[in-house]
Amino acid sequence: MAIDFAEEVDHVAHLARLTLDWEEKVRMAEQLSKILETARRVQELDTTGIEPTAHVITLPAVLREDLTRPSLPLNRVLQNAPTRQKDFFRVPSITAVKQVEE
Amino acid sequence: MEYEVVIGLEVHVELLTKSKLFCCCPNRFVAEPNINTCPGCLGFPGVLPQLNSEAVRHALTASLALNCEIALYSYFDRKNYFYPDIPKGYQLSQFFVPIGSKGFLIIEDDNGKPKTVRIGRVHMEEDAGKLVHAISGNTSLVDYNRAGVPLIEIVTEPDLRSPGESRRYLEQLKGILQYTRVSDCKMEEGSLRCDANVSLRPMGCPDLGSKTELKNMNSFKAVEKSLEHEIKRQRDILRSGKEVITQTLRWDEGSQATIVMRGKLQAHDYRCFTDPELAPIELTEEDVEKARAALPEMADVRAARYVNEYDLPEYDAGVLTSSHGLADYFESCLELYNNPKVTSNWIIGEFTAQLNSTGLEPDQCSFQPKDLVELLLMIDQKLISGKIAKDVLAKAFQRGTSPRLVVEEEGLLQISDQSELEKVIVKVISENPDSVENYRGGKAKSLGFLVGQVMKETEGKANPRLVNELLLKIIGS
Repeated sequence: MAIDFAEEVDHVAHLARLTLDWEEKVRMAEQLSKILETARRVQELDTTGIEPTAHVITLPAVLREDLTRPSLPLNRVLQNAPTRQKDFFRVPSITAVKQVEE
Repeated sequence: MEYEVVIGLEVHVELLTKSKLFCCCPNRFVAEPNINTCPGCLGFPGVLPQLNSEAVRHALTASLALNCEIALYSYFDRKNYFYPDIPKGYQLSQFFVPIGSKGFLIIEDDNGKPKTVRIGRVHMEEDAGKLVHAISGNTSLVDYNRAGVPLIEIVTEPDLRSPGESRRYLEQLKGILQYTRVSDCKMEEGSLRCDANVSLRPMGCPDLGSKTELKNMNSFKAVEKSLEHEIKRQRDILRSGKEVITQTLRWDEGSQATIVMRGKLQAHDYRCFTDPELAPIELTEEDVEKARAALPEMADVRAARYVNEYDLPEYDAGVLTSSHGLADYFESCLELYNNPKVTSNWIIGEFTAQLNSTGLEPDQCSFQPKDLVELLLMIDQKLISGKIAKDVLAKAFQRGTSPRLVVEEEGLLQISDQSELEKVIVKVISENPDSVENYRGGKAKSLGFLVGQVMKETEGKANPRLVNELLLKIIGS
């Protein structure tokens, strides 16, 4: 695994807030390089004369009327929360996460 | 060295819709956490997001009101980042093709001359939830009521040159968004939020200097103050030969200073890509023309009409049209009472004073146009004096009753009964023989004193013109 690519893996892992061990990093590096290689091969295709496509879906969005429906009951909203405090989701503090990472 | 200030503003505005951008949860500012949430805005897998037509209409209206070109074909992109206020791990936003672009607003520069501020883009996006930092250490609490609320972001080009220009731009922008009913623009509730990019460059230099981004300014005054503070800070750094570091700063209202925030991600770290699951938005020329035709009369046009149609001074017209609520109130009064200048005086004066002291909007207070008109008619019919009318307005406004009821309950009817007034006058004359002598001796001023005594005696309720007449008749000649 080339050094600059290791840095790339570290950076993407950091953006995704993932902590990877060495083996995982090597595996990710291999997978990522395969993905990038595929993208590179696609870019080699001659696309002259082909209109750029902005979106894969060709049908326009069907807009909905601005009406409200009852929201989810609070107990169901918080049912899957790993931790809660009163009616809030409770998560590790951002500043705390930062301290752990740094 | 002299430096030129370069400012660009990013304004986020919550749209006045009933429901959120992609789900049917209510778009409402509430205190109880997480009650307006569903699998859609909580970012659960397998949901079917459906775009709100009213949000698109508002975005279109705002873009047109800001003189933008409209993209008939646009779509949503995913802006990826991990933060607990964004449940999906990405924010839906129009990164590549904004619905509106290349617009402008005309404001007054610091010399009072018209100046064009270019608007780079107006795009739709969804709002994030709110983080409440727990008092006890290492946790944050999350409320997703705001997650998925429709927003538009309005971004200027770096055309502003001073804190004052920035404030005037914001005031004008707010006026337009309120006039078009796109947003209520309540900064204190977060429905209008402003970030500023600031940099300095040597006078005449075409390149931009390193910029800082200012956040967390919760009033127009705070925007102006924080910009002044940041400009001074950057100028001191540059003058001492050092370089400004590109960073995000938070305005701290308490200490009136800026504080360095988290190191912001680089733009490419957001890895924006078009959302493959949301169908693109297609508008027709007819949609655009329909929205253009529905644009309401803007503040400046309305003010000009007040000057022409109602013969009001420009100052009055400007104040009345500064909020659509006040202008609507004024026009409702005129439907019942045909004296624009008098109506304007009372709205700009006493009525606005009451609004300011209670923090209410014209349509929220119980003192309605018919009440103001009732008060004005009582003055015209000489039932109360103008001075007492001011008290009556304040009391009626605060109690939520009609002015007539206040007048009746407090016995404030103006005394125009000749015999009743004569009694008071005789009393005043007998108590002030010197003044009477002085008047007879040629001192005209003494008459004014006597009138004043009568007014005092009647607690301001005497009809002053009648008092004058009667006094002259009794002590004159």
